[in-house]
Amino acid sequence: MTLYDQLPALVIAVLLFTAPITYMMRLHGFPWAVATLSVVTAFIISCSLAATVFNGETIIYEMGGWSAPYGIALHIDALSALMAMLITGASSAALIFGARSLADEVGEETAPAFFSAWQLCTAGLVGMVITGDAFNIFVFMEISSLSTYVLVSAGPDRRALIATYRYIVMGTIGATFYLIGVGFLYMVTGTLNTADLAARVGATENIRLVLVAAGFISVGLAVKAAVFPMHQWMPRAYTYAPNAVTVFIAAASTKVALYVLIRVDYAIFQNSIANHDIQLTLFLVPLGVLALFAGSLLAIYEKNLKTLLAYSSVSQIGYIALGIAMTSVAGLTGAIVHMFNHGLIKGGMFMAVACLAIRYRSVNIANLAGAGRAMPWTMAAFVIGGLGLIGVPLTPGFISKWYLVLAALEKGGAGAFLIAIILVSSLLAVIYVWKVIEVAYFKAPRANAVPVTQEAPLSMLIPTWIVVLLGIWFSIDTRMPVGMASRAAEILLGVK
Amino acid sequence: MMPLPLSLPPSDLILMALVIPFVGAVLIALAGRWPNIREMVTLVTAVSLAVVVWSLIPVLQEGGRPELKLIEMLPGLSIAFKVEPLGMLFAALASLLWIVNSVYSIGYMRGNNEQNQTRFYVCFPIALMAAMGVAFSGNLLTLFILYEVLTISTYPLVAHKGDAATVRSARVYMGILLGTSIGLFLPAMIWTYSLAGTLDFTPGGILEGKIAEPLVGVLMLMYAFGIGKAALMPVHRWLPAAMVAPTPVSALLHAVAVVKAGVFTITKVFVYIFGIDFLFNQPSHKLIIWIACFTIVVSSFIALRQTNLKRLLAYSTIGQLSYIVLAAAVLKPLSEVGASMHMMAHGFGKITLFFAAGAIYVASKKTDITEMRGIGRRMPWTMAAFSVGALSMIGIPPTGGFISKWYILGGAIQDDNYIALATLVASTLLNAAYFLPFIFAAFLYEEDVKPKKDHGEAPWPMVLALTTTALLTFAFFLFHQPIADLEAQILVK
Amino acid sequence: MEILGLYNYVVFAVLLMVGLYCILARTNIVKSIIGLSIFQSAVFLLYISMDKVDGGTAPIIQPGAPADTIYANPLPQVLILTAIVVGISTTALALAVAVRIKEAYGTIEEDKIQEMDREL
Repeated sequence: MTLYDQLPALVIAVLLFTAPITYMMRLHGFPWAVATLSVVTAFIISCSLAATVFNGETIIYEMGGWSAPYGIALHIDALSALMAMLITGASSAALIFGARSLADEVGEETAPAFFSAWQLCTAGLVGMVITGDAFNIFVFMEISSLSTYVLVSAGPDRRALIATYRYIVMGTIGATFYLIGVGFLYMVTGTLNTADLAARVGATENIRLVLVAAGFISVGLAVKAAVFPMHQWMPRAYTYAPNAVTVFIAAASTKVALYVLIRVDYAIFQNSIANHDIQLTLFLVPLGVLALFAGSLLAIYEKNLKTLLAYSSVSQIGYIALGIAMTSVAGLTGAIVHMFNHGLIKGGMFMAVACLAIRYRSVNIANLAGAGRAMPWTMAAFVIGGLGLIGVPLTPGFISKWYLVLAALEKGGAGAFLIAIILVSSLLAVIYVWKVIEVAYFKAPRANAVPVTQEAPLSMLIPTWIVVLLGIWFSIDTRMPVGMASRAAEILLGVK
Repeated sequence: MMPLPLSLPPSDLILMALVIPFVGAVLIALAGRWPNIREMVTLVTAVSLAVVVWSLIPVLQEGGRPELKLIEMLPGLSIAFKVEPLGMLFAALASLLWIVNSVYSIGYMRGNNEQNQTRFYVCFPIALMAAMGVAFSGNLLTLFILYEVLTISTYPLVAHKGDAATVRSARVYMGILLGTSIGLFLPAMIWTYSLAGTLDFTPGGILEGKIAEPLVGVLMLMYAFGIGKAALMPVHRWLPAAMVAPTPVSALLHAVAVVKAGVFTITKVFVYIFGIDFLFNQPSHKLIIWIACFTIVVSSFIALRQTNLKRLLAYSTIGQLSYIVLAAAVLKPLSEVGASMHMMAHGFGKITLFFAAGAIYVASKKTDITEMRGIGRRMPWTMAAFSVGALSMIGIPPTGGFISKWYILGGAIQDDNYIALATLVASTLLNAAYFLPFIFAAFLYEEDVKPKKDHGEAPWPMVLALTTTALLTFAFFLFHQPIADLEAQILVK
Repeated sequence: MEILGLYNYVVFAVLLMVGLYCILARTNIVKSIIGLSIFQSAVFLLYISMDKVDGGTAPIIQPGAPADTIYANPLPQVLILTAIVVGISTTALALAVAVRIKEAYGTIEEDKIQEMDREL
């Protein structure tokens, strides 16, 4: 038993066990340092796990040596590893980036609790993606949710509190629905291990109960994933959370709920419920289409830059939902690649917003007039992110759109309708991105505005640009994200 | 013309053609604070680009097709370049005229005391790099990528002035170009890929046998309107909207680089994706002919009614671009060659016209043709060049426009296409109708609107530039044969 | 199957709806949190009631117990202990947020809070 074999458990254990240490640090800057160190370690471990599963292998790790289905097994394949890299990567990037902005927004006394909550949140999210036990998913889901509530509530504006409260209510309803669904599945099959569930669900005659379970699980996860119209908690939570927190959760947390949805649907239900793909299509396609339009339209009229980006996320999640509903290798590849790409795009854009906020002291679009001249590097990063949302080639969004349109083409006539929707919503993205560009570059700053002459601090600007350049890199050399995503899609659909 | 870097392998030359403008842009950005050094860098970049590009011509004349493959972006699709005659012509035209345009820009920007000059000079090389990429692209994906880069890099140039009206027009510009490319061109491209399994430009096309009527017509229309830079009606509105840009932008980009990228793309799609013979057998190719004829006639009528000189030239450009589309869509050997010849002839002629319009503006601040009576006496060189450009548009020898019109008419006759013939004749008359009266008035009438201050010719760099391009128009008339021979290579399978 | 034999599921459904109604229809934050608690308790009841085996006893093996003793299913009980802990943490966190809302806004009525936010 080498250390290498223990990596799957370590990636969570490192985060969990260092969290109390962070909490005990009272000296200035230490909580951040310990948290960053442990999150970066987790990132390195995830990368190494990803390298192992890149070629389609699966790692199965039994906790405590108890074999499944009696014990809890960790199950890591291409999809899990990609998500784990995304989560820990986003977490590390946000922490390193946020040293300055968090010091600004989160007070000294709350720092130890805040940073240990950050570690717990990362641990919970990573746990969700690597576990192979349905109830374990719930446990990690709640670990990550509770810590996310703590992180969001630390925002400087008092509206963060009410946003947190609404998030708590909706999040708990979602998680509880998921729990009910898992309970029904247990009643039918007597097991909680996902691989075992997949085998047994097919063999049962009690289809009605399985369908009810699927319903509860899907709706519960849709709430957590902020699929329209269960997205209500997201815009305010993103807006009033501290800026670095928004970077992290925008890139990671809703994607993980979508991951669980993909897993549950494709690993457990796909081969056992007849017409599962039609039902999935009927459920997700209308919601996805609505999300695309509602999110973009709401973004166009929004005056607060963070809320605008949050609504934009609502519509981007619609793309992922459409990709999932297409039940084909191309569609799932597009959905998974977009989870990764959107994490990069939105992470970079929220970082740029945080840079703007630290100088302008506001995220109201009207107050950011003239930012193109005062902070050219920051705005350039924002513009590149915006082009990614539109789906211009050489940005990550293009690759995702390519696969989604390709998948829609395979569907024939109905596909043409979907293609039209996908492309029209990209054009709506042009409107809200250009709105910000015009104010930043072509409007003169207001007479009574805070005069801004400096660029953002380098400790924030450099991580922002690293994320942006990574996005451009992965949209030209797409071997890693597309490779892992298509392998994941093949595994999920049972195609080899 | 035996330029120097012949010792370099052609694929390196392609790479240099892309890298040189990019490096130039970076150096210009760094040299922003020293205007003379900055302008020098622009000129050096332009000259080196032209040298590199023109040295590929001998390779092509011998039948070579240099290739360069960069990186595999999606499984089975790479960013790859392959030079063929159409692209060579476009690249040669754009790189040559960039030199002239840079000289002109220096005169214009300094003569008008424009602000944000560094931003202006940085965006130009990037736009030119994108144009080179479009010209040399080896598959449709690479072309699309650089087509979009061209759109985005020209936005700061169009919105240069920065005032509210300019920003609004720039919005129309971006809206139409991005809307058509993402809404129509992109799905057409992905659809083509799913049908043919490849996007490589292949002589004879890649869609033979893979698609039938009426879907061919749908795909063709998606390309025709999706390639918004070709300004077929009704997606033409971006071109008049782009006239808010400073004249050097309108001259090089909206008479040469951007619009030629559009018609070049359409021609390339027709020749190398659909295939001339395949497309000719599909009845729906006549649709494109109709749309092109409609655009030619309607835009000429609209041009007749314009009094703002630049808008008049914009509508004239729309019509001239549709000549090229019409020639390409007639799908006969003579007209295909005519399409490429007209790209060059129109390029030389239109840039002269725009240069003259800008010279008039800088010297007298006048933009309306009703105020420009008698201006030929104050600015003889400018108006003489303008006349040469106008004659080229109408198609009167000894200007270049006559040669290309000859080829296009020949192709239409080969096809017995009376609609095309009638349209060509009608538009020749209409062109004369909106250019000649202005020229007569400028030379022969008395000046009735006094300029704000007394003026003579425009600053000398501008006059030098417009004289050069007028001479190029004549040169094209005299020395067009090697070009026609090169372009005829595209007809051989 | 007789409906009366399934009364535990009926109780579960009723509690679920009562809890949801409390959350949605009450503007007072604390009352909504109480609704959340009720909602979660419904799920606890579901799990616990599902694992009861007729005639089963607590699932702890006593030394010297006969081999054919019927035990209740231990797994759901364990699961639900976890879920109860999660539920308590959530309730505690929600109440803490409610206290801070009271400090910041001076009220815990949601409609008044919305009004105060709109004025900003």
